[in-house]
This record gives sequence, structure tokens and C-alpha cells, in this order.
Amino acid sequence: MTPLSEYLLSLADDRLILGHRLSEWCGHAPILEEDIALSNIALDCIGQATFLYEIAAEAEGNVRTPDRMVYFREAIEYRNLLLVEQPNGDFARTIVRQFLYDAFGISLYDRLQTSSYAPLAAVAQKAHKELRYHFRHSSQWMLRLGDGTDESIQRTQHALNELWQYTDEMFIGGFPAEEVIGSGAAIDPRTLRTGWRNSVDTILSRTALTLPEKDIRMQSGGRNGRHTEHLGHLLTEMQSVARSYPEITW
Amino acid sequence: MSENIAMMEEQFNRRIAEGETIEPNDWMPDKYRSQLKRLISQHAHSEIIGMLPEGNWITRAPSLRRKLALLAKVQDEAGHGHYLYSSAETLGISREEMFGQLHTGKAKYSSIFNYPTLAWADMGMIGWLVDGAAIINQTTMAKCSYGPYSRALLRICKEENFHKKQGMEIIATLIASGEQGKAMVQESFNRFWWPTLMMFGPHDANSPNSPDMMKWKIKLKGNDELRQRFIDMTVEQAQAWGLTVPDPKLRFNEQTRSWETGEIDWNEFNAVISGNGPCNHERLNVRRTAHDQGAWVREAARAYEAKHRRSSETAE
Ligand SMILES: [Fe+2]
Ligand SMILES: [Fe+2]
Repeated sequence: MTPLSEYLLSLADDRLILGHRLSEWCGHAPILEEDIALSNIALDCIGQATFLYEIAAEAEGNVRTPDRMVYFREAIEYRNLLLVEQPNGDFARTIVRQFLYDAFGISLYDRLQTSSYAPLAAVAQKAHKELRYHFRHSSQWMLRLGDGTDESIQRTQHALNELWQYTDEMFIGGFPAEEVIGSGAAIDPRTLRTGWRNSVDTILSRTALTLPEKDIRMQSGGRNGRHTEHLGHLLTEMQSVARSYPEITW
Repeated sequence: MSENIAMMEEQFNRRIAEGETIEPNDWMPDKYRSQLKRLISQHAHSEIIGMLPEGNWITRAPSLRRKLALLAKVQDEAGHGHYLYSSAETLGISREEMFGQLHTGKAKYSSIFNYPTLAWADMGMIGWLVDGAAIINQTTMAKCSYGPYSRALLRICKEENFHKKQGMEIIATLIASGEQGKAMVQESFNRFWWPTLMMFGPHDANSPNSPDMMKWKIKLKGNDELRQRFIDMTVEQAQAWGLTVPDPKLRFNEQTRSWETGEIDWNEFNAVISGNGPCNHERLNVRRTAHDQGAWVREAARAYEAKHRRSSETAE
């Protein structure tokens, strides 16, 4: 693994794990329209992940395939954010998770469109278009839920309070490595914080929701493989067939 | 008055006999309307319940490519359901009402989705057999007399064809990968063969209310004829793959040039359609739970809309 390939892998892992979580809704959503919309977004996420794994594999020198990366890595080898691996919970929690990520992803992939690493810039162009739709979808639901009924406001506020601790991780320094940022291939996540906070504030200001207390302790570690316990269970399920039959080609 | 209705009905029958399609605002006999409501909503329910056995494997699909394809397929089925509920609504029944009928067990849906999916190969088997059988039923029904349903079916069949291809590709890949893969396919075939034959319904002799429906072109072929078409097609494909059809009585009839099977276990069929198949309770519970747990979300969306309709009205 090189610092560049590790960066690409982290981007891919974010998209895969979030897409996987969304796909768990398929057939169980509160409205048929949301079965369709959430599957659509899941498809986008996993599709982007596939492209990102491909270029990560290439950057590694093709020592392993994308499927190998997905199905034969342990939780401690995954590089995704803690936020995206959090369980779906109720619909409010899924929407809050999605909204908090989308507000970050939309500016990340906007900037990545001009990455000096051409394969990544190409993936980012497609991803950014899709993320604009995702952000619109999650923002609209934040408005509906955050300005709907007492119950929806209370559920959404609760989700916001619970997930807030995982937001800081999106913007901390130390990953990706300075050289990957310096070469213009990666975006320094610290530079995305203000824009993200503005997007979040803009939507929340139109709802009855408030941001949690300032002194919440922020969690991080996903970029180094220090995950929450949820990821291991997600992977156990995801990898079970592929690992049970290592001889079979699918 | 009743003379008037008799005249309208005669005219209605003539239009159908001449191959015209009936549109939502046209006059139609009450029984035609109620039969269609039943038919289209049953089909819609089948799409929605049908998401569950395959949805069961989305999180375990063994490669990125398969995961994407399976998720896209199940999403298609949601789209079919959506489209069909809208078709049924043109007859004057709401989606909420149809859900109510499904959740109370009053409405039926395809018996096949009451069987569990136990192995990855089932994802191939469902595409090949279940979508395959659905295509035979639905391409026939696409010639039915009710315009909205006929158009919905044309659109749906295109996607079902794609699903079938995708399923056959899963099977072919598993078989090509060696003994282990082939054994997984055969085991799955053993479980799905008979339930798929049941999808076509009872023998024509035991199939109630067909004559009216034939006249009105909301049933176009007999169950047995469609089932036979499916059997002939599928046995040959199974043989090409080297699979064994799980029916010791299967034999080729040289005179009819067609495959004869043993008798379907109608006790099992009746149990499944009356709500006592292996997964009936499970499937309905899942749908009910999703619906009940989603109630607050739907309420919130309605409340939000109402608030903003009101505020945009006062702003004017
Ligand atoms: Fe379908
Ligand atoms: Fe299908």
C-alpha cells in the first residue's frame, strides 16, 4: 500500500459501507417511494465505491482485485469513517447519518474533480453529480422530519445528538498523508469544515432542530482501523458467502 | 335502467371483441372493474412481497458486481409495484386500501414468494425460473383489454427479461466454476422447480371464474397451456446445463413433442395460497412492520406539506 492507494481505499470504504447500510432498507422503507430512492442512492454509493476500488487497486500495482479488497479484509483494515458504519436505526437516524455525510461528500467530491490524480478526478466528476442528488434528498427529509410532527422532531433530534460525535472525524488532519495532499491528489479535510458547517446550519435553521451541546466528546479512529463494534458485524454478513466458497468465481 | 345497463354491457363486450382497449374513464361492468382491481393489486403485491426473498441476499452478494446487479433488480421490482399500484388506482382504489387488503391477508400475491431463499444460487434460480414464469404470464396478459394494465405490463416485461438473463448468467457462472458451484445450483433447482410450476395456478378444470374473464380479455390463456410452455422451455435449458429436473416421472411425449411431468402437490399449493406456506407469516409480518414503523414518517411528511401549503397560501 502507498499513501495514495490508502487514500483511495478510504474513499472507497466510505462509499461502500454507507451504500451497504442503505441497501439494508430495501423492502423495509416507510414508503414505497423511499424503497426506490434509498436503493437508488445505495446503488450510486456502491457504484462509486467500485470505481474507487478499481483505481485503488491500480495505484497499488494490481496486487489484489477490488473484490479481494472488499471481501477479504478485516474490520481493522477498513479505512472508512465511523459515521457511515453506524446502524440504520429508525428512518430519522438513517436520514441524519446521510445528511451529515452528504453535506461533507458534496464539497469533497466537488473539489476532487480537480484532483491532480486524473483517475480520481474522473471518478469524482460522476460522483459529484450523484451526490448533489443525494444531498437534495437527505436535506428535504431533514426539513420534513425536522419541521413535521412532534414525534418526528424528537426522533430526528435524538439521532442528531447520537451521531454528532462522529462528525469531527471527517475534518481532522493527519490523514491523508501530507505528501498526498501536497501533490494535489487529495483534499485536506480540514479545509472542508467551514463549508460543511454552513450547509448543516442552513438546513437546520429551517427546522425545529438544534445542534447538540458543544462539549460532546468527538470520536475518531476509522482512518486507522479503530472502528466501532458495528463494522465487524456488517462485514461478517457481507463477506460470509465469498469467504465460505473461496474456490467459486461469482 | 337495467335495460340501459344491458345495452352498455353489450356495447362494452363488442368493443372488447373487436380488440379495442378499455380506458379508465370508459364505462365498464362492475364485475370487470372488481376483477381488474383484484388482478392488478395482486400483481402489485407480488412485486412488493417479491422484493423480500431476494432482498434477503443483497447484503451477502459475493462480489461487487453481483451486489450492484441484485440491488438494481430488487429496486426494479419496487418500481414495478409502484407502477402497478398506480394502474390499479385508475380503477378507483387507493394504495392505502390495497395495503390494507394485503396486510390483513385478504389480498393474495404470487405463491412463490412464500418460499425461503437459502443459498446464493437461489438468486440465479429466481431470475431464471420465477422471472421466467412471470414473463410467460405477463407477455400473455400484456394483450389484455384494460389499457393501463396492458401498458404497464409491456414496460415491466422488458425489465423481467433482463432479470431472467441476469439469473441465467448467475447460474451459468456457478456451474462453470466447478463441482461446488454446480451442486449449489442443483440443490436450489430441487427446491424451486415445483413451486415455480405452481405459479401458473390450478388446473383449468379447477380454476374458478375463468369464462367471464376470458370473454373480457383479462385472462387470455389457460393455466395449463402457459405452464406447459414454461416446462418445455425450462427442461431443455436445464438439460443444456446438465441439471437434473427433480421429477422421476418426467418424460418426453413423442406425439405431442412436449414434456410431461408428474403431478403437482396440490395440497402444498393450497396450503401456501391459503396463508400457510413456509414463509407466509414471515413475509406479511415484515411488510406490516415496515408499514407500521413508517407511520410516523408518513405523518411527518403530511404535516410538513400541510404547514407549507398553508404558509404559501397566506403569503399570497
Ligand atoms: Fe417485477
Ligand atoms: Fe423481476
